[in-house]
Amino acid sequence: MSPWTFICKLDDIPVLGSRRVARAAGPEVAIFRTADDRVFALLDRCPHQGGPLSQGIVFGHSVACPLHNWTIALADGKAQAPDHGCTARFAVRVDAGAVFLDADELATRATNIETVAP
Amino acid sequence: MKKLRLVMVGNGMAGVRTLEELLKIAPDLYDVTIFGAEPHPNYNRILLSPVLAGEQTVDQIVLNPLSWYAEHGITLHLGQKVVAIDRTRRVVTAQDGNGGPGGQIQAEYDRLLIATGSNPFILPVPGKTLQGVIAYRDIADTQTMIDAATRYRHAVVIGGGLLGLEAANGLAKRGMHVTVVHIMPWLMERQLDDVAGKLLQKSLEERGLKFLIGAQTESLLGHDSGPDAGRVRAVRFLDGTEVPADLVVMAAGIRPNTDLALKIGLHCANEGRGGIVVTDTLQTVTDPRIYAVGECAAHRGIAYGLVAPLFEQGKVCATHLAQFGIGRYTGSQTSTKLKVTGIDLFSAGNFSGGAGTEEIVLSDPYAGVYKKLVIRDDKLIGACLYGDTVDGSWYFKLLRDGRSISDIRDKLMFGESNIGDVGHEGHGKAAAMADSDEVCGCNGVNKGAICKAIKDKGLFTLEEVRKQTKASASCGSCTGLVEQLLMFTAGGDYSKAPARKAMCGCTDVSHQEAREGIRKDKLLTIDSVYRTMGWRTPNGCASCRPAINYYLLSSWPKEAKDDPQSRYINERSHANIQKDGSYSVIPRMWGGETTADELRRIADAVDKYKIPTVKVTGGQRIDLLGVKKEDLVNVWKDIGMPSGHAYAKALRTVKTCVGSEWCRFGTQDSTQMGKDLERALWRMYAPHKVKLAVSGCPRNCAEAGIKDVGVIGVDSGWEIYVAGNGGIKTEVAQFFCKLKTPEEVLEYSGAFLQLYREEGWYLERTVHYVNRVGLDVVKKKILEDHEGRKALWARLQFSLDGEPDPWFDFDKASVDTRQFTAVANAGVPS
Repeated sequence: MSPWTFICKLDDIPVLGSRRVARAAGPEVAIFRTADDRVFALLDRCPHQGGPLSQGIVFGHSVACPLHNWTIALADGKAQAPDHGCTARFAVRVDAGAVFLDADELATRATNIETVAP
Repeated sequence: MKKLRLVMVGNGMAGVRTLEELLKIAPDLYDVTIFGAEPHPNYNRILLSPVLAGEQTVDQIVLNPLSWYAEHGITLHLGQKVVAIDRTRRVVTAQDGNGGPGGQIQAEYDRLLIATGSNPFILPVPGKTLQGVIAYRDIADTQTMIDAATRYRHAVVIGGGLLGLEAANGLAKRGMHVTVVHIMPWLMERQLDDVAGKLLQKSLEERGLKFLIGAQTESLLGHDSGPDAGRVRAVRFLDGTEVPADLVVMAAGIRPNTDLALKIGLHCANEGRGGIVVTDTLQTVTDPRIYAVGECAAHRGIAYGLVAPLFEQGKVCATHLAQFGIGRYTGSQTSTKLKVTGIDLFSAGNFSGGAGTEEIVLSDPYAGVYKKLVIRDDKLIGACLYGDTVDGSWYFKLLRDGRSISDIRDKLMFGESNIGDVGHEGHGKAAAMADSDEVCGCNGVNKGAICKAIKDKGLFTLEEVRKQTKASASCGSCTGLVEQLLMFTAGGDYSKAPARKAMCGCTDVSHQEAREGIRKDKLLTIDSVYRTMGWRTPNGCASCRPAINYYLLSSWPKEAKDDPQSRYINERSHANIQKDGSYSVIPRMWGGETTADELRRIADAVDKYKIPTVKVTGGQRIDLLGVKKEDLVNVWKDIGMPSGHAYAKALRTVKTCVGSEWCRFGTQDSTQMGKDLERALWRMYAPHKVKLAVSGCPRNCAEAGIKDVGVIGVDSGWEIYVAGNGGIKTEVAQFFCKLKTPEEVLEYSGAFLQLYREEGWYLERTVHYVNRVGLDVVKKKILEDHEGRKALWARLQFSLDGEPDPWFDFDKASVDTRQFTAVANAGVPS
């Protein structure tokens, strides 16, 4: 069985914006859409103090955390130097205007991290 | 493709800094080869004085260890002096510095960077080649001095400038008897006026240094025989007197090192004494393949000897080497600080005054404090501080910014802390602070952490310290302290000096240029701004995009379209994000008045949505904290009150006292005035938040004195105060005008705020805006130009007319309501 699970249409995510995906366990996952229509998915928690990255400003292939302005690379979840840290990354597939995430990852990745209020 | 070849002659601070900048933006463009005459990797030359004084070691001042060169694949030839350059074949030839059998090394180049620095000026007197006669320029000289101090007794330093005094101090600390010979009438005459120069001399004399002021060296005398034959033994002066000397340090100035440049026919100023002539792109005027930076370069007739300008040159040069072709170096202003522990001295700009200038002087010779500020046309143009240099960096900033000081003139001499400052326990002297003392109250960074980062990571600029440590990166009130720490720790002055500052790393365009461009070319979208003005990034960053979005909306109301994705989250969700990711909701209460109905609805919403905290704000409103994002829309609906915009760079609150309706002292109906102002101005976005207050009598219970616009009722009308704020730096609002009627209060306040909306830079509060352009200019536009004022007021009303309440009119306010729900529930049982 394919692990890819349908999440939403590409157009459900604003350009240079983000949406949140709730999960059965663990913090939500943020999915981002860049100006060139690439889609990325990260755990919705900044490695710094757990800020919701889905609420940040998206630019290039990065997002600025809304709490303390750390810049996180969308492709690998890493904080831009000189800050250090990394947030969990989720695989994304975009096919014919539909966005898919990996069901196994959603069910298991970074689920034991304490949830903060959305 | 084959890489281009870059050869650098000189391995000092300016050159290596240029390379670092280049590697940041184009890491793979060049194969780099460096020739350095000294046998050391790049080190911090400014810190030779602390090494000489025994306060630091040579290892501690190395900036780029050998491993750095290896890591970046740089071919490094140390101890190799470049002897020839063939500009036609583009080949550099170097000779082993020790004349050893190593022979010659050659390297071909596509681009050549000359960073040969400067040579000390050696007085042309008989005996200058004797043993024990040295200059003070590099690690070898420093080592020679340290060695001499262990074996000899008498030292003479020729030259009482910055370098000479640091050398003299170091030698004295190592136990030598030191005499400083200075031909000019007072010490450091290029940096200090006569009073400060004499105070400095007195203080150094107390430390055991001797001075011969005005003495002219005639010759250096050597031992003719004995174990020290060929070594210097004394200095003789024109008047025939002599002083004993086992070591003579020449510190009579430096000359750009242009030997090589002259040899290969590059145009140099003043027959080589003035430096290699370069353009604003740091290219030599003679050969476009050759660049020159640092002390050897003459830019617009100036060869800089301080590190901040050299680094600015390096940055510009790097962009051109990287073939970006952006940025121009247009010159720097510089300041000076003496690195002699325990002596505080600072000077910048034109400190000697002259025709058309005014001076403010504080002189307390008993306490060893002297300060002189030189002013022309209401602007600070020079400062000379001795004994108390806490405010040096502040004065330097005022000087560089060129802002009018007329409004703070009476307090100028007493420093920045006298105009309101909080957040770091009133600390003003960085040196006096303990390592554990907190410098940055916003980010909790103490002095020790900052100094460690500066040392360990080799930081040089305020920006770098901010990035690495976050100190002064938030509110910025401790900037002065951080700059001081940079001075103490890294030496010299490292504050950047651009008169016009780029908005962010995405562009070289300044805020002012962006504003003007948007108006001139009638730009209506962020994309068109980025395209027209040559942004380097496709869609900006979290810093420039909100600014541009605001400039578009404020310049072209009703035409430019708001882009919510270019707004900070608070203005996108119309609520204030909290540390746990929840939000706060503050409904608008006109003039701070509310009703039982409103309070009942608020109480019901608090129960229904289980809102954990209810707090009364300083702006006479009620704050509901800890609202979940998905509840926001329903909370707004249930409460049924307008948005308070407490989350926005916009009109926040109009605070009022009860006024004449109830108060036995009240002279005017301040509550009604406040309500009218708030109804006229709400939904007004601005460069920063805007707060107003109206008091009904001069007792001023509404605290109108610290508001962007403060209105105070008096028996005969209303007094208007502008450009105040509480916050980081408490700024007392300045008296603006006195008016008769409430209608006038609306018009004048509105016109002032519209002017700020049209001319302010994003995130600049009214006080900073008014300080930048000058209160006089603002007064002229509002008080004297009646047509202009009415037009401003009309433009504001036009902008605000029909603006939606974002809590209710989602479409019109461009509120993307999809944000309030999750897009999907993966694996969540529904």
